[in-house]
Amino acid sequence: MSLAEPQGITARQGWGVVALAAAALLCWLVFAVWPAWLSDLLISKKAFVSALLNGLTLSGLYFLVASGFTLIFGLMRNVNLAHGSLYLLGAYVGYEVASRTGFWLIGVAAGFAVGTLVGLALQVLVFRRLEGDDLRQTLVSIGISIVAADLMLAVWSGATYQILTPAWLDGAVTLPVISVVKSDGTLVFLKYPFYRLIVLAAAVVIGIGLWLGLNRTRVGMIIRAGVDDREMLSASGVNVHRVFALVFALGAGLAGFAGVVGGSALSVAPGEDVRYLLTSLVVVIVGGLGSIPGAAIGALLIGLAEQVGLVYFPTYGIALTFVIMVVTLAVRPQGLMGGRR
Amino acid sequence: MTAPYAALALALLVFPAIASDFFLTQIGGYSLIWGMLALSLMVLAGYGGMVSLAQITVAGVAGYSVAIFGENATGIMGFGWPWGIVVPVAVALAAVASALIGWIAVRTTGIYTIMITLAVATATFYFTQQNAEIFNGFSGLSGLRAPVIWGVSLRDPLPFYYLCLGAAVLSFAAVLYGARSTFGLTLQAIRDNPRRMAAVGYDVTAHKVFAWALAGVIAGVAGVLLVWFNGRISPGTIGVGAAINVLIIAVIGGLRHPIGPFLGAVVVVLMQTFAIDIVGADRFNTLIGLVFLSIVFVSPDGLLGLWARYAPRMQQEPLR
Amino acid sequence: MKKTMMALLFTTGLVAPGMAETIKIGVLATFEGPFTVLGEDGLRGAMTAVDEVGGKVAGMDIEIVRGSSDASPDSAVRAARKLVEQDGVTVLVGPLSGDEGLAVKDYAKTQPGVTFINGSSAAQDTTLRDPAANFFRFGTDGAQWMAGLGTYAFTEKGYKSVAVVAKDYSFPYTQVFGFMAEFCKAGGKVPSKAWVPLGTKDYASVIAWLPDDVDAIFVALGGADAVNFLGQYQQAGGTAPLVGGSITVDQTVLTSEGKLRDVLIGTPSAGPIADTNDTAPWMAFVDAYKTQEGAFPSPSLFAHAYYVNMKATLMGLEAVGGDTSDGGAKLQAALAGLSFDTPTGKVSLDANRNAIADIFLTEVVVGPDGNLVNELKKVVPQVNQTLGIDPAEFLALGVANRDNPSCE
Repeated sequence: MSLAEPQGITARQGWGVVALAAAALLCWLVFAVWPAWLSDLLISKKAFVSALLNGLTLSGLYFLVASGFTLIFGLMRNVNLAHGSLYLLGAYVGYEVASRTGFWLIGVAAGFAVGTLVGLALQVLVFRRLEGDDLRQTLVSIGISIVAADLMLAVWSGATYQILTPAWLDGAVTLPVISVVKSDGTLVFLKYPFYRLIVLAAAVVIGIGLWLGLNRTRVGMIIRAGVDDREMLSASGVNVHRVFALVFALGAGLAGFAGVVGGSALSVAPGEDVRYLLTSLVVVIVGGLGSIPGAAIGALLIGLAEQVGLVYFPTYGIALTFVIMVVTLAVRPQGLMGGRR
Repeated sequence: MTAPYAALALALLVFPAIASDFFLTQIGGYSLIWGMLALSLMVLAGYGGMVSLAQITVAGVAGYSVAIFGENATGIMGFGWPWGIVVPVAVALAAVASALIGWIAVRTTGIYTIMITLAVATATFYFTQQNAEIFNGFSGLSGLRAPVIWGVSLRDPLPFYYLCLGAAVLSFAAVLYGARSTFGLTLQAIRDNPRRMAAVGYDVTAHKVFAWALAGVIAGVAGVLLVWFNGRISPGTIGVGAAINVLIIAVIGGLRHPIGPFLGAVVVVLMQTFAIDIVGADRFNTLIGLVFLSIVFVSPDGLLGLWARYAPRMQQEPLR
Repeated sequence: MKKTMMALLFTTGLVAPGMAETIKIGVLATFEGPFTVLGEDGLRGAMTAVDEVGGKVAGMDIEIVRGSSDASPDSAVRAARKLVEQDGVTVLVGPLSGDEGLAVKDYAKTQPGVTFINGSSAAQDTTLRDPAANFFRFGTDGAQWMAGLGTYAFTEKGYKSVAVVAKDYSFPYTQVFGFMAEFCKAGGKVPSKAWVPLGTKDYASVIAWLPDDVDAIFVALGGADAVNFLGQYQQAGGTAPLVGGSITVDQTVLTSEGKLRDVLIGTPSAGPIADTNDTAPWMAFVDAYKTQEGAFPSPSLFAHAYYVNMKATLMGLEAVGGDTSDGGAKLQAALAGLSFDTPTGKVSLDANRNAIADIFLTEVVVGPDGNLVNELKKVVPQVNQTLGIDPAEFLALGVANRDNPSCE
């Protein structure tokens, strides 16, 4: 670098400073005691921090559902619009098993198992025959979701079911975040439902596990190769059908698992399948298909947008997630973390 | 070539002679309206290679325009303009909306077009549901009456059927003619190889957006007829279920020829009306889903594909 | 149900000389979507009334034709259209939900030859503003259901400021209107109202948004929404007492499992029925209701509403000998003048064909067999649609919506 060149910070350094400043602001907002004008502006600290945490924990749940969808979508270009039905089926089965055995964890395992089995069956019996025809696969999955929704309605009726969590997951924990200072000087700390924090933790653990599995194992390498170039993968001698079946089973199993976990926080009722399907679509599009970090970022964005929107823009916040999706698709169609298509 | 069309036209014209009022409006008129909606999708998907789930949204724009600029009984908006002005305005707004959606979606292909149009449809659904000042939220706008011309209400069974028939025939003829026109051929060429067309000097984006606008006109007309049929419009009319219904109809009928969407509409409307009587009020959705599944599985091109496969065989002379 | 009716018709045809005549009555309720459970209970109520007359009216066999909707106004009109134009019913009982009622009323205006009787839809404007001459509501509306609750909350429970949580559509608007009309008049304040968009399931942020310094929270959610909110409220450790809308403490919510029961106990509410009503007519109705398949321990207000409206329909048909051939003119005249005793007291119609009936103030308690029930606290007699206020003054209060009424 010669003396004649102007000294300055690079673009990368500039963005780094901005990110640091944003992080510092966030920390201050969460941990410091708010002045009165800020409380008036943002309703209350309790509302703000709760919205943040709710968004965070909800994005954990969305990540669990969407991670399976992005794997399937990324590898097999299969827009499985029956993904929501897998979520709901896992939730119902998990409810049945948990209420009969009395153990929530067995219910969770049952949800995962049912998702895996049904996913495997779907891939081997149905989608394998339609390989290459994306539109037809999409339509068949729509048909399957219609039939599945109606059959589940026949078995479980329109009632709402609560999957009961065990006692050790219940209740609210006190967080080291000051909500408000009372007039006599005592500090009131924020209380938050423990179960939601567990959901977030589970999502993080599973996310890391998936990432490690994709990036540090041989099978993961094969899957990543398939996401990049399917034809080349089969040309190099890998049994592509077996890989597809494995990935579909895993993705569907994740959906079933998420069904039980989500159904314990929010109840289980018909209509959940469409809801989580649309959410998975948005998360995967925004994050980028085939990418686990992308699904995480997408889920974070959507979860936060939904909860913050609900608190601060109650009337129109509900359309916010779809607006984000439209903007992403119009500006950067491959998603935030998506590679070349 | 014209003989089958003549026979079909004759059958449709004399249909009222044998059909009850219920069949005229609920089956006949309703199928023609949904056929037009599916036709607008078929124009985009078949000739343009862009599968759009937002056609019902475009129809909704026209429908809500009729409710807002015309008269409605809900006391929200309802400027009371005469129908001679309201209808062209509604269709024009629909075309503009469709062009806008097309412009947003122009950079996407294949599955991504489906997703972005689905997102637009869902966002519009939520917006109309939440907005009370213009759209009256979940309740929607009701009391929409079809115009009365020379003492004849256009909503009466016979006039309404002929009105829908006329609109459907016009759009059908327009699409058939347009497919062979310069624009239509250019569009199909763009569908097959956009890079080559761009290299040759065509403005691919402009052609695509214009195609969306034309499809929007058809969907807009269908939207106006739909609100005259229902007498009301609400977010439920343009929700995700309705959007997927249009796709189902188009696919069942077949995307290769403009008669396909109308075939599909007749099949789906018949099924939806009478399935409840066949399997009872409980499981008719399963029946509809299964029929849809089997058609998609067996024939990739819907009923038209089935016909194309079996018709030649039927015309062969049997071996002696 | 249809098969039993057909069998009944068939055997009657065999026994009686010649074929017995049948009269078709349409029943429109939510048999799809999130309110399915409510629709099924409504049907049970209607069938209780049918069974009470032995399945026959004016010497004709009753054929019930079901119409299914999913609580959206479009689906209700579609189902009504099918019943009227395809199945040819001349008498239709339904729909279930508020917005559906508004839409069906509008459809009724295009079908003057068909007589429409309400199911359980309780939006105010179905009969208050721009009513249809052939739409009859023998049940009370959502604002009437709240009669007495606002005053009770202020004076007896001592709640001076209340926050509101409700879903963003017409029926909750009506309920909040009814509650606030009295509560604000008594001197109470409502500093914040949370209108939750349809389709929301995660109430955690709404719960966090509620102000801490209110005395109670008025919750006007129903069915699955109530179950979600109450469960999440309990999970978040919420401590403020609740005041319930009529469908928030309905049987469909009280029979849910989980720890939300703790939150519910002691919640006051008001509505057209009370579970612990020990008058003879109510007990007889409960017994008759429980013979229906899949019945709850106690009938929900939907079952009750459909029962009363179907009973009125049958009484009207009996009075005109089942004759609807004149476009229902005689039947409608008979219905307009009908006044009879129901399990919950006397019911009669006002000039807009809306019911004047008794309203029950209740509180949730643990019943004798461990189930939660609504214990009757007080009966507010013969409430009319303008809540005892002068009609012109009442109409001047404006349409119930997000911002109206307001008393901060």
